[in-house]
Amino acid sequence: MSYANLYEAPGPRGVRRNRLLTVVVAAALLAVAAFVYVRFDDKGQWAAEKWTPLLRGDVWATFILPGLAGTLSAAVAGVVLAALFGIVFAVARLSEHRWIRLPAAAVVEFFRSVPLLLLIFFAFFGSYVLIGVNISAFAAVVFGLTLYNGSVIAEILRAGVLSLPKGQREAAYAVGMRKGQVLRLVLLPQAVKAMLPALVSQFIVLLKDSALGLIVGYDELVDRGLNGIAANFSNVIPAAILIAGIFIVINLALDRLAHRLGQSS
Amino acid sequence: MEALLTEGGTILAAFWMTVRLTAVSALGSLVLGTVLTAMRVAPLGALRTAATAYVTVLRNTPLTLVLLFTGLGIGANLGLELSDDIATNNFWLAVIGLTAYTSAFVCEALRSGLNTVSVGQAEAARSLGLGFVRTLALITLPQAFRAVVAPLGSILIALTKNTTIALVVGVSEASVRMRELIETYGDQVIEIFLGFAAGFVLLCLPMGLLFGWLSRRMAVAR
Amino acid sequence: MFGRSLYAVFAVAALSLTATACGGQAAASNASIVDKAKNDKKLVIGVKADQPGLGLRTPDGSFTGFDIEVAKYVAKQLGVEPSGITFKETVSANREAFIEQGQVDMVVATYSITDARKQKVSFAGPYFVAGQDLLVRADDAALTGPEALNGKKLCSVAGSTPAQKVKTEYAKEAQLQEERTYSSCVDRVLGGQLDALTTDNVILAGYAAQHPGKLKVVGKPFSTEKYGIGLKKDDTAGRKAINDALEKMFADGSWTKALQASVGASGFAVPQAPQLERY
Repeated sequence: MSYANLYEAPGPRGVRRNRLLTVVVAAALLAVAAFVYVRFDDKGQWAAEKWTPLLRGDVWATFILPGLAGTLSAAVAGVVLAALFGIVFAVARLSEHRWIRLPAAAVVEFFRSVPLLLLIFFAFFGSYVLIGVNISAFAAVVFGLTLYNGSVIAEILRAGVLSLPKGQREAAYAVGMRKGQVLRLVLLPQAVKAMLPALVSQFIVLLKDSALGLIVGYDELVDRGLNGIAANFSNVIPAAILIAGIFIVINLALDRLAHRLGQSS
Repeated sequence: MEALLTEGGTILAAFWMTVRLTAVSALGSLVLGTVLTAMRVAPLGALRTAATAYVTVLRNTPLTLVLLFTGLGIGANLGLELSDDIATNNFWLAVIGLTAYTSAFVCEALRSGLNTVSVGQAEAARSLGLGFVRTLALITLPQAFRAVVAPLGSILIALTKNTTIALVVGVSEASVRMRELIETYGDQVIEIFLGFAAGFVLLCLPMGLLFGWLSRRMAVAR
Repeated sequence: MFGRSLYAVFAVAALSLTATACGGQAAASNASIVDKAKNDKKLVIGVKADQPGLGLRTPDGSFTGFDIEVAKYVAKQLGVEPSGITFKETVSANREAFIEQGQVDMVVATYSITDARKQKVSFAGPYFVAGQDLLVRADDAALTGPEALNGKKLCSVAGSTPAQKVKTEYAKEAQLQEERTYSSCVDRVLGGQLDALTTDNVILAGYAAQHPGKLKVVGKPFSTEKYGIGLKKDDTAGRKAINDALEKMFADGSWTKALQASVGASGFAVPQAPQLERY
């Protein structure tokens, strides 16, 4: 651990004291857990009939897996489009032309400031007024995810490009590359690599945010899974614990993947 | 425009709720995030494990679910009544949920801030005879804070926007108001959206500028 | 290499995305729901998926409830067997949109007939007249109607007008809690944190049936909500055919039977079949 320098290696008395404190801390945490357990037990939250449905194959097939598919498809579509949006606007903000740079900056700053929920609402309810058709809930969710996360990704990429040593750009020009080639072949790939951890955590944010689709009735994990299960078995809390667990597992896997990618390159 | 003008008062009230939620939760997250950071670098394994588990769970759960747990879990099942008035009760439940979620991110930022503080600082502190708590509180954490002003700013902006999800526990802030207005004034969707978006831009943009300026001013010169 | 392959991945993914987004469904050439039922022997029907007793998706993937029975009966009269029906989940926010876009052929989803909605879609029916009522704990003898709500805590679903109505017209001192789903409201009423849930009585009856002995419907409706079957605005032939089907359902006893089977367990008194409003 890099934090070990914050304290001395404990001596014999310190070791004893630490052991005692560990017991105290563990006891306190257990007490809190026990309190929650007892209170939930009072309300019958641990009753078997609330939990066993979560193990049934048909519950998974009807509620959880379709919900997961909805969440993942919105997230994947969002990631791809947000990445495109991010690249385009990062490049635009790096442009040498003021008339490209400034509008791009305004767009990015605007979408970074507006809550995703508002974007999704607006896409869903405003599309009819704006373009004459009602768009689907999926489109509304992806629209919001794209604009919001895309503008964040644009900023990450721009920071990545700016952090590269000047020599990279100069060398690329020196071998006769054009402006576009320098950016496309030299700067952006390195920026992506350097910013991989930040990009992956943004993708995790995006995946979690797709849960907001429930606001417009998009069939995702929280809506279909949680509400669908709860409507049948009135077990909101157990279902919510399961759904949260699924999100945590997926996100940790993404995190792990990012680590591996970061180490291999 | 008509909707925005006639409903101006209620819209401002809704934004005032957004500001209050943000301010109280920001304060709470800063405190809890700092405590969690201290726990994560503490000499006690139990504290480290507890804090790590907390951060991992909260960081990877959608905020919608976190707020659902505070609303139903704390509210309905633990029977914790923070106030007899429903609106006040919901406000505090939302604050608890937002604080619990945001503090995990504050902790992550502060921890990476601690990494930027050079080893010599802590070693010097120890050689002066300072213990763990005092080394952390007087020497390393203050420097870590200065290093992570910009990320903390981003977290604050994210928190401001996240308050819109408080509708899950029934707090009626800006996004709820916007939805109600869209339902009533269906023909003015665009104006309503732009009005509320402008409200958020007005809240978030100055924060971004302020924290950008602060981070430059407070940066530790090395 | 890294750069080029990355761009290729994005290009392919973006192309396939736009392809699926624009592909959509093939345009239907059937002018009326009657034609579609006759020609294709298939219908897509929008229903609620999270309301026990009315429209509920069960773990085996099928739907049950009173709305579902009505939908099946009407479909059968139009010449579509249950196997030809695809039920599609709708939520309150997207029912008009689904009809207008043709994502569903009709909507049977506790869909109140209102003038505002008639601007966008048309209604057959009503096939049920509901009234706003209160759901309380079974042992709660004090809450006998909306007037008794002063000082009590009332739950409703976010964005619904019924709760506001209680507050303005009956009990000014009532406190209002807005939840996102009825299930959450039910949980809180059961938990004792809130005192009552308000919405249409037949929806409440569905929850009372799910928790027998723990919850009851007060049984003093204080409004009327006429549930209609929504379909495309200009589909006059479809409206007439569906109304005929409903008339037959009322007459041959299937209507009462369906209602009894769906929400009867809660002690909900099955009313007379409503009067159709043809227009």
